[in-house]
Amino acid sequence: MLYKIEVENLNAWFGSKHVLKNINMKIKEKAVTAVIGPSGCGKTTFIRCLNRMHEIVPHAKVSGKVLFNGMDIYDEDVDPVQIRRKMGMVFQKPNPFPMMSIYDNVAAGLKLNGIRNKEKLDSIVEQSLKMAILWDEVKDELNKSGASLSGGQQQRLCIARALAVQPEIILMDEPCSALDPMATAKIEGLIRTLTAEYTVIIVTHNMQQAARVSDYTAFLYLGELVEYEATTNIFENPKSELTEKYITGEFG
Amino acid sequence: MNNYVVRKIKDRLMLIFIFLALVVALIPLFSILGEVIINGSSSVSIDFLTQPTPTVGEAGGGVANAIQGTLLTIGLSSLIGVPIGLMSGIFLSEYGGAKLSTSVRFFNDVLAGFPSIVVGIFGYTLIVLSIGFSVIAAAFALAIIMIPIVTRTTEEALKLVPATVREAAIALGVPQWKTTVSVILSNAKKGIATGILLALARVAGESAPVLVTMGYWRWWFAGLDKPVANLALDIYTFAISPFENWRALGWGSALILVLLILGISMVVRLFTREKY
Repeated sequence: MLYKIEVENLNAWFGSKHVLKNINMKIKEKAVTAVIGPSGCGKTTFIRCLNRMHEIVPHAKVSGKVLFNGMDIYDEDVDPVQIRRKMGMVFQKPNPFPMMSIYDNVAAGLKLNGIRNKEKLDSIVEQSLKMAILWDEVKDELNKSGASLSGGQQQRLCIARALAVQPEIILMDEPCSALDPMATAKIEGLIRTLTAEYTVIIVTHNMQQAARVSDYTAFLYLGELVEYEATTNIFENPKSELTEKYITGEFG
Repeated sequence: MNNYVVRKIKDRLMLIFIFLALVVALIPLFSILGEVIINGSSSVSIDFLTQPTPTVGEAGGGVANAIQGTLLTIGLSSLIGVPIGLMSGIFLSEYGGAKLSTSVRFFNDVLAGFPSIVVGIFGYTLIVLSIGFSVIAAAFALAIIMIPIVTRTTEEALKLVPATVREAAIALGVPQWKTTVSVILSNAKKGIATGILLALARVAGESAPVLVTMGYWRWWFAGLDKPVANLALDIYTFAISPFENWRALGWGSALILVLLILGISMVVRLFTREKY
């Protein structure tokens, strides 16, 4: 099995606060990897380091290597903009572009990067919305505002927007934390289908969700990687006492 | 009396006070507007809108040359002031580091508070002394008044765009300048338009800097290196004149100036209307 991402000695800071400490992790291709841990453990920072979003925050700093298809994305010659195009990101709160229609939201990544061919855009928009299981709900109102959709639909719209640029990896930062159980179930189902073509990395504070959707699970605690294993091992047979305490709900 | 009743009375009193304050604030606004409409409307006619300023003592005539001149002057000053203000606002909100932005913002606020006559004299020394009283000199001085207003309001409007929208665009691999132009500006265009309108309205009504950079001009536009007539300055000149006809024209000019600003703001609002 191939590794899509290899993280080597990754450290991250906000100002003088050391939020990620020496993370080493190899993430498998076309699988779902979940990152779990209590609030403030560095989960979000971790995935934001994978597509160089961490550094856009003032006073944020990173050291170490993140190999993407074997290439270090923190190498000096690498343009972060190019890296981000290959990794779609879905955020905690649905964040469709409020001034754009449903269609334009999905096409945004392509249009803003200079693709104008109407036929091509149409087909990618349709394909992305279908993949995000939103097509049937919105196909007759593609010109309506993206912000007019329900929260769950908006989040699927954001997933479609991320898929439309045809990334290799989908990073999800607690994508269901603002959604009700029905919408959550839909998105979880969607995540499973995405593994056929994509490598998915999902941050979640919901352990059941990690157990349901992921193939591998990493447990972060206070900025350190405590345990990283196949999901079934983590939940049924954790090696570390800390992991066991966390997944049995003793703290967190 | 129990606590609940006391609280209710306090609440009622506060409401009455707020309402009274609103009335006090609106009285001068409506009385000025009313006065301008009542006195001005009687002098507005076809001639008034198509004829240039009459000579002293002559009957009839209009302020068509001043309407032309005002539009020209504020148009030219917007051409200079709006792009600079807009870019500075974008810089402060999207690019500037904390330290640089703080000092730029401070000096920008100082500039916004500058007496307009001082700005006028600045324009006088810089431009009038070399090319003479002219539209260019006036537009330059008015642009300097516009810049800090546009800068500040653009910055504030851009800062209101949620960080999540910004991050969404960055995460799609959109370069920063493109994120700013196509995503952030379109989310903030209403606020930015309001700022530009404020600045336009401000300079359309300015007379002091116009007086020292262009002076009074009674004729039609004669070239950018010559003065043009100006409504705000006309109001002043006509109002203090001893001639009945000129004073009537002064009221009419005031009305036209108000309508002009109203008209411009309606057009801008129409163009920046939000789709959703």
